[in-house]
Amino acid sequence: MSAALRFALQALFWGGWAGAYFALPEYLPLLAQIAIIALFVLSLDLLVGYAGFVTLGHAAFFGLGAYAAGILAQQGWGEPISGLLFGAAVAALVGLLTAPLVLRGGDLTGLMVTLGIAMMLFEAANRMAWLTGGADGLQGVEMWEIFGVWRFDLFGRTAFVYSLTVLFLLYLLARLIVSSPFGLALRGIKGNRRRMEALGTPVRARLVAVYTLSAAYAGIAGALLAQTTQFVSLDVLDFHRSADALLMLVLGGMGSLYGAMLGAIVFMVAHHALSELTPQFWQFWIGIALIALAIAGRGGMLGLAGRLLARWGGR
Amino acid sequence: MLTVLVDGVASGMLLFVLACGLSVTLGLMNFVNLAHGAFGMAGGYLCVVLLNQHGVPFIPAVAAAALFAAALGFVLERTLYRQLYGRDHLDQVLFSIGLVFVMSAVVDWLMGARQQLITLPAWLQGRWDFGFMTVGVYRAFLIAVCGAIVLALHLGLVRTRFGARLRAAVDDAVVARGLGIPVTRIFGVTFALGSGLAGLGGALGVEVLGLDPTFPLKFMVYFLIVVAVGGANTIVGPFLAALLLGVVDVAGKYYVPQVGAFVIYTAMVVLLLVKPHGLLARGAAR
Repeated sequence: MSAALRFALQALFWGGWAGAYFALPEYLPLLAQIAIIALFVLSLDLLVGYAGFVTLGHAAFFGLGAYAAGILAQQGWGEPISGLLFGAAVAALVGLLTAPLVLRGGDLTGLMVTLGIAMMLFEAANRMAWLTGGADGLQGVEMWEIFGVWRFDLFGRTAFVYSLTVLFLLYLLARLIVSSPFGLALRGIKGNRRRMEALGTPVRARLVAVYTLSAAYAGIAGALLAQTTQFVSLDVLDFHRSADALLMLVLGGMGSLYGAMLGAIVFMVAHHALSELTPQFWQFWIGIALIALAIAGRGGMLGLAGRLLARWGGR
Repeated sequence: MLTVLVDGVASGMLLFVLACGLSVTLGLMNFVNLAHGAFGMAGGYLCVVLLNQHGVPFIPAVAAAALFAAALGFVLERTLYRQLYGRDHLDQVLFSIGLVFVMSAVVDWLMGARQQLITLPAWLQGRWDFGFMTVGVYRAFLIAVCGAIVLALHLGLVRTRFGARLRAAVDDAVVARGLGIPVTRIFGVTFALGSGLAGLGGALGVEVLGLDPTFPLKFMVYFLIVVAVGGANTIVGPFLAALLLGVVDVAGKYYVPQVGAFVIYTAMVVLLLVKPHGLLARGAAR
C-alpha cells in the first residue's frame, strides 16, 4: 500500500468520525460509547496483539478506571481531566502490582490468574455496596465543565467530542509507542521470546511495562465511560466485557491499531442494529463469529482487506 | 458443623465428576477448553426435560443425560475441536467461548432463562438423623455415586490397557504414536468420556448447583480451579482439589455469606501462585 493511499485511508477514518458528529446527531451517545470501546480494544491490542500475552480479565482495568473516576466525581471532585488521570493511575497501579503474579508461571497459569483477578474484583465491587453501590450501580456522579468551559449536555455532544479527542490523542501516543524500540521489542517477544532473551532484551521488564501501560489505557476508557454516562454499573467488570473485547480485536485484526478500532466500530454498530431482535439471537451469532474466526485463522477484517489489496495491486 | 462438611464433600465430589473431563483436555492435551461446562449444561437440561416433560424415572434420565453429553462431545471433537489441537491458546479461548455463547443462547431460546427445578424421587428425599448430625439422603446418594465413579476412574487409568495407553499418549504423544498407539482415537474417546461425565455431573447437580443458561460461565472458574490446583497427571490430585473446593465453598457460603464467591477466587489465585503446576505436581513443568 502506498504512503499516499495509507494517509488517505487514515484521514477518511478520522474524517468519518467528524462527519458522524454532523450527520447523526441523534446517535451521539452511541457514537461516544463506540469511541470509548474502541479505546478499550486498543488497550487490549497493545497487550494481546503486540506483546502476544493473552488475558481473559482485561475488564478488570476498565472497571477499575470506571469506579475510580466515578467515585472521585461522586465524592465531590468532578473535574474531568484529573478524573481521567486518576482512573488511569489506579488501573496502572493495580496492573503494576498484579503483573508479577500474572507473569509468574506459564501461559496457561497467566490466563487463569487474569480471569481470577477479574472475578475477584467483580465480587469485591458487588459486595462493597457502601463504596460502589453494588448491584444498583454507582449513582450521583456529577461532572464539572471540561476546562471550565464545556458542560456535559443532554444530547451527548460534549461527551462525544471529549471521548473522540481522548481516543485520538491516545491513538497518537500508542502509535508512537508501538513504533519505538520498546514496541519493536514487544513484537519480538511475541514472535520468539527465547530469542529475545538471548538478544539481551529484558523480557520480563518489557512485559510488566506493557501490562501496566495497557491497564492504564483500559482505565482511561473506563473512566471516560463513567464520566460521559455519569453512572457506573457492575457490568463494567463483567466477564462478557473481556470476551467481547477479544472478539472485537480478532474481528478487526490483531497487532494493528486501526484493526482494533475498526473491530470495535463494526461490533458496536452490529450490536446496536441487532439489539431490537432478541438478545439470545445476538449472543448466538457472536458465538458463531468467534468459532468461525478461531478456526479460519486471524488477521480479521484488516488482514482480509490487505490480502484483497495485494491481489488487486498485483494485477 | 459435620453437616456442612458432608454437604461440602458432596458438592466437591460433584465438582470432580463435572471437571475431571477437563483435566484431560486442559491438563493432558493442553487444550484450553472453556466450554467444558456447556456439556454439563447439556446433560442437565436433557435430564430436566426427560423428568419433567416425559415422566422418565430419575435414574434412566440421568443415564440418558450422560450418554447425550458424551455423544455431543464426541461429535464436536470430531468436527470442530480437533481442528484446533496444537493451535495457540488465543484461538482455543476464542473458539470455546464462542461455543459457550452458542450453546447458552440455544438453551435460553429453547428453555428460557429461569432456573430449572426438578422433583427428586421419594426415596432420595428427606434426611437421616444420626443424633449428632443430619445428612440429606440425596447428599449421601451423591457421595456414593461419585465415590464409585472416582474409584472406577482411578482403577481404569491405573489397571486397564486403555488407561496405560492414555497415560503413555499424555506423557509423550510423539513416542506413543511411534509405538503404534492410536493417540488421536484415544484422545477422541477420552474427550467423549469426559463430556459424558460432565453431563452426568450436570444432571446430578441440578438439585445442588442449580441450572440455568449461565451455568457454563458460572462454573467455568470452579472447573479451572479443580484442574489447575489438582494438576493433570493423576485422578487423585483433581479429586482432592475438588473436595477442598467443595468444602471451602459450602463453608464459606454458610459461615461468611457476605463475602460470597470472593473466597473461592482468592483461593484460586493464591494457589496458582504458590503451586503453579498443581498440588501434587511432580515438578516437571511443561
